[in-house]
Amino acid sequence: MAEAYASSVIEAPAARVWERIRDFNALPDWHPAIAESRIEGGGPSDRVGCVRAFRLADGGFLRERLLALSDYDFSVTYSILESPMEVESYVATLKLTPVTDGDRTFAEWSAEFDCPPEREEELVARIAGDVFQGGFDALRRALGA
Amino acid sequence: MVRVRRTTVLDAPVDAVWRILRDFNGHDHWHPIVERSALEDGRRTDQVGAVRRFTIRGGERVREVLLTLSDRERRLRYAIVDSDLPLRGYVAELFLKPVTDGNRTFWSWSSRFRTPPGEEETLARLVGEEVYEAGFAGVRAALGLRPGGAGAPIPPPVPPPATATATAPPPVNGGDGRGSGRGGGTSADPERPAVGFRSPSSPAAAARPMGRGAAGAIVGEAMVLTRHGGPEVFRAAPSPAPPPGAGEVRIRQTAVGVNYIDVYCRTGYFDLVQPPGAPGLEAAGTVLDAGSGVRHLAAGQRVAYACPPPGAYATVRTMAAALVVPLPDRIDDETAAAVLLKGMSAELLLHRVHALQAGETVLVFAPAGGVGRLLCQWAAHLGARVIGATSSEAKARAARAAGAHEVVLPGEASLEEQVMELTRGHGADVVYDGVGRDSFAHSVAALAVHGHLVSYGQASGDVGLFDVGSLAAKSATVSRPDFAHFTDTPEKVAAITGRLFDALERRVLRPEIGGRYPLREAAAAHRALEAGETIGSTVLIPEGEAG
Repeated sequence: MAEAYASSVIEAPAARVWERIRDFNALPDWHPAIAESRIEGGGPSDRVGCVRAFRLADGGFLRERLLALSDYDFSVTYSILESPMEVESYVATLKLTPVTDGDRTFAEWSAEFDCPPEREEELVARIAGDVFQGGFDALRRALGA
Repeated sequence: MVRVRRTTVLDAPVDAVWRILRDFNGHDHWHPIVERSALEDGRRTDQVGAVRRFTIRGGERVREVLLTLSDRERRLRYAIVDSDLPLRGYVAELFLKPVTDGNRTFWSWSSRFRTPPGEEETLARLVGEEVYEAGFAGVRAALGLRPGGAGAPIPPPVPPPATATATAPPPVNGGDGRGSGRGGGTSADPERPAVGFRSPSSPAAAARPMGRGAAGAIVGEAMVLTRHGGPEVFRAAPSPAPPPGAGEVRIRQTAVGVNYIDVYCRTGYFDLVQPPGAPGLEAAGTVLDAGSGVRHLAAGQRVAYACPPPGAYATVRTMAAALVVPLPDRIDDETAAAVLLKGMSAELLLHRVHALQAGETVLVFAPAGGVGRLLCQWAAHLGARVIGATSSEAKARAARAAGAHEVVLPGEASLEEQVMELTRGHGADVVYDGVGRDSFAHSVAALAVHGHLVSYGQASGDVGLFDVGSLAAKSATVSRPDFAHFTDTPEKVAAITGRLFDALERRVLRPEIGGRYPLREAAAAHRALEAGETIGSTVLIPEGEAG
């Protein structure tokens, strides 16, 4: 089981950051790598169990299932059903924690997955760097923080 | 049930912060409201179930039990057993998480408890502000970090704890080797910094203040000075390392760093080593044994240090443990001995004296030299635009290889004219100048408006007097940091070396070892250093292990 982890500090209150993140269908609004997204079968994006299907700017196609959503913990957990990456059993969590010292946000994004051992190092670096850290940078820009 | 939670972000690596917080009996070292801390029943500080007894400023007493300690999650939980304060059923949790974006630390501290009716708000505020927030500030200070936001001044150096000196008397209360109260309860002279380039070192144990005889001493060998003078004054001499006393370790050394300051010690230009003492401020090796009260080191552990007093040119050495740090597995002994002093200097210059930001323009003097090369590598990695100022095409190549984006050489245009041209008239946001007399005026002239000149050495001679009014043309700031003020407590050293080791492991810093000499050939190493023949760092290898 490989693990990827990235964390950052975003200069905005956690509730404001959470507004952006909790909409499971809103990735294209803030993540530049995502071109379009829809919830399969329609339905609300905060229904736990819903599946988002989205297309990357580079043409890649992914499907992800919402496994858990908590407005209390500011956390969302999802799994990958289909993706161009060679990963299996991929489960990721994005979680926010308020930083009381300065009304900022501590953001953590982590994933566990299976992959061919020779590709683990590269995939961990790519997921922690391009996907997670890239996501933090995009969130920061979207929030002007 | 009242719930209180405070969180913060510290600009220090998570392991450096955890080293402080995992010590269940260490609050009296850093928490402003804890006067005294002691463990009951001779328990160890990392023993789950241990009970600590605090005396709070103001006289209240609190007993707390350690419920959970996890080095994996960097988490601990504790509960109040009994207290003069009306906090009932108080259970607190503290944990750290790495902020991978910037190698910082997120710290959460929270608790739940009951209070007498009507006192909820007062006690919640007391716990949140005077315990947790004050604790954040205390650890920040212990790590040598700036309080609060950017631009705040660095707090003045506090007298370091007396436990850092080799002359500290043994603690009065035995036990875990800690004295009663702040600073270990020893009677150090407040006028005399525990760590400073003052204490002469002698390989002869007779002068040791602990009054120990030679019993149990391991007799190694040191390269001592027969008198002050040229390289020929070195002589190999037996050097007994006595068993470590309270707060000390005995180290079998495997690699010794050679620095230019060792030459000054040898010649007597700096009055730091009295013959027949040995020079040397930097080495790596393995702990043979540790004295009472030493909690961060144990026998068999790989360690390194870069601190006074001199005496590192030896095969085995007994010294104060406070500023000796454990070495990560991935950093070998020679690298540690070669880079610790220079790397710690680079860390504090880039992160503490001036908090370098991506996009800033940096001018580095002597960019091919020991510290200069590391400054170039690290500053470029941090996203700064790096300009090196050097004297020859060969050194310019070395500077570019280290990450300098541009190099200026002596030519028809002055240094400041070249820098202004490269930056389209903006100038350098920060200048790292270790040259001193010959470069100072040029450094000021090369600064951007609001620029920061960091004068950290004087290879060409003292800067001497200068007119502060001349800074007005740039609204400039000048800093003259002293290494010792940034590295005089274990907490500060841990924070600096934590970030340094991380940069080494990630290959941000790529130190070069240009010369390896057997310890007995210290004279040859000094000759090469003084002749300017060395490239990169020079290390001495004890016991003929050099290849």
